[in-house]
Amino acid sequence: MSTQPILEIKDLHAGVDGKQILKGINLTIQPGSVHAVMGPNGSGKSTLAAVLAGRDGYEVTSGKVLYNGIDLLELAPEERAREGLFLAFQYPIEIPGVNSTYFLKSALNEIRKHKGMSELDAMEFLTLVKEKMKILELSEDLLRRSVNEGFSGGEKKRNEIFQMAVLEPKLAILDETDSGLDIDALRIVSTGVNKLRRADSAQLVITHYQRLLDYIVPDFVHVLSNGRIVRTGDKALALELEEKGYDWLVRPEPAKA
Amino acid sequence: MSTATETIEGLVKSEYKYGFFTDVETESAPPGLNEDIIQLISKKKNEPEFMLNWRLKAYRHWLTLKEPTWPHVKYPPIDYQKSVYYSAPKKKGDGPKSLDEVDPKLLETYEKLGIPLKERERLAGVAVDAVFDSVSVGTTFKEKLGEKGIIFCSFSEAVHNHPELIQKYLGSVVPPGDNYFAALNAAVFSDGSFCYIPKGVRCPMELSTYFRINAANTGQFERTLIIADEGSHVSYLEGCTAPMRDEHQLHAAVVELIAMENAEIKYSTVQNWYPGDENGKGGIYNFVTKRGVCKGKRSKISWTQVETGSAITWKYPSCILLGDNSVGEFYSVAVTNNYQQADTGTKMVHVGKNTRSTIISKGISAGHGQNSYRGQVKMLKSATNARNFSQCDSLLLGDKCGAHTFPYIEVKNTTSRIEHEASTSKIGEDQIFYCNQRGLSTQDAVNMIVNGFCKEVFRELPMEFAVEAQKLLGVSLEGSVG
Repeated sequence: MSTQPILEIKDLHAGVDGKQILKGINLTIQPGSVHAVMGPNGSGKSTLAAVLAGRDGYEVTSGKVLYNGIDLLELAPEERAREGLFLAFQYPIEIPGVNSTYFLKSALNEIRKHKGMSELDAMEFLTLVKEKMKILELSEDLLRRSVNEGFSGGEKKRNEIFQMAVLEPKLAILDETDSGLDIDALRIVSTGVNKLRRADSAQLVITHYQRLLDYIVPDFVHVLSNGRIVRTGDKALALELEEKGYDWLVRPEPAKA
Repeated sequence: MSTATETIEGLVKSEYKYGFFTDVETESAPPGLNEDIIQLISKKKNEPEFMLNWRLKAYRHWLTLKEPTWPHVKYPPIDYQKSVYYSAPKKKGDGPKSLDEVDPKLLETYEKLGIPLKERERLAGVAVDAVFDSVSVGTTFKEKLGEKGIIFCSFSEAVHNHPELIQKYLGSVVPPGDNYFAALNAAVFSDGSFCYIPKGVRCPMELSTYFRINAANTGQFERTLIIADEGSHVSYLEGCTAPMRDEHQLHAAVVELIAMENAEIKYSTVQNWYPGDENGKGGIYNFVTKRGVCKGKRSKISWTQVETGSAITWKYPSCILLGDNSVGEFYSVAVTNNYQQADTGTKMVHVGKNTRSTIISKGISAGHGQNSYRGQVKMLKSATNARNFSQCDSLLLGDKCGAHTFPYIEVKNTTSRIEHEASTSKIGEDQIFYCNQRGLSTQDAVNMIVNGFCKEVFRELPMEFAVEAQKLLGVSLEGSVG
């Protein structure tokens, strides 16, 4: 039985402020798989995440993105989210005065409404949340605080994955979730992500370092360089990168005068 | 340019749902202001001599005053001779003796505003004095409050039934010559609410006045006087709306609060006067003087205001902390959208020892709105160990609005302590994107962020009002983003 891919990126060109950053990305993600995108700084990793989530200011100049068969680029950011696309932010945003529980409950209910499901009331939501918190080893105190406000770097990242656990996305994009995490936090976050793997959903893990992939084992590893995927392989490719660095894959830019 | 900025600029009309007009037969004074008009108002109200003299004195003083120019607001000169100073629904015979005899059209008006006055539909737990243009049309739960010795009635009634209290306290906190608009109010005020809580009584329900301007070209000048005797406690709410009109209308009210030893007054306002249209046409000029005196030891006065309406708001609910260990509080949310202007804040005058005051002000500007916080903290020589904490935060939506802060601090006692914190922030596009990415629409995201910003103030409001205030904020900012 052939399944429909969750994501099909075809010759995607995109940039910001007139500067071309993605120069022809091709990538297909099947349900149940984990893809890692690696690459040196400035290769376009975060731009790819931003374009997929629909961030303002990023312009797609050509190419196509199909998400479960529909044209993703036609959808507003909130519509993409309601369709099950989730971005774990590299730098989660603080929203002072907005209670974390209230925020997440509103988000979940928007998604449920979109799916034609009934909204959860406060009690039902709390039951769900308590169960999910265990996965991330988070304290309940976090639920009483404002969204990301006063959170440590590690708490912010764990909170992103916690939100992912509650919202149960079809496609989760993890943008450098490992950056700024110590080894314990990295273990907790990765364990959480692994527990959230499902046969009908997929994960796109964006990272600079191989170490995250010790915990989140990808089915495919793609190396992004200068806006293109220059090599695709399995887990072994990541290890090779760890050993040799990126230089051997990355064609040097023409020297500037 | 990013879409978030574009949408912020794409201001659309938000519906002012209280903008209707009630067609009732009215009895109005001719336009203009002179001693004859004041005589007429006083006569209409059948006032005792002392009131007329008080008014005339205020009027003569007003003539010597100049309209203040220091507020950070702009408006064309007001022609005081064009306004009508008295307008009341026509009474049949002696006028209604009880709410059952009130013109059904008026009852309907308040019902439409969400303030049912009829016995069966009354808001549980809230006693309401309904003021329509220049007069009070009725007060609910009067008898029930009377059982506890609480007096809650229209100002006119109080003048007749409790002249001794009026003579003693009227103008004792805001003297008739206090400022231009207070003097004008003293000369022509027509009605308002009066409240007296006897010693040791905790008022069993929220007291509330609902002000409605209906007639065209009419100014509303009401006065509220609340006296909380020793050890008593009262929570008072005030709401306001007006029809949509192209002309500006003047609302110049005076509120005086007096708290005796160990008494506590909590005064909450949700001000939703017609703000004018999206081009700044029409709307109410809300020029109000509100002041309370903590007369006795350990007394407390707490002002909470949510100001979303009016074309121009000019008001500084203040506390004079006379009694030792007395407490003054001011919590404010002021919203200016489209072409609204607000110059609002408070004065905390510390006289007694160990007096404490807290000021939390949240200003939100959208569209071309201009929002100013103006606050004064004064520590007199006698105010040993007095303390003040002020926090003024401004939130900007879009790039055509403005936020301004004018703090004044005057300290004459070295043992006193003053803290002032201020911040200005913009709703970040990254905040909105973060919410969008979790499935929330931009409008919901803005409402959520703005409500989060105002949380410290909203939690000071009585329950029913807090919900109302949140909704109101949503409506006021509708279309400012999204």
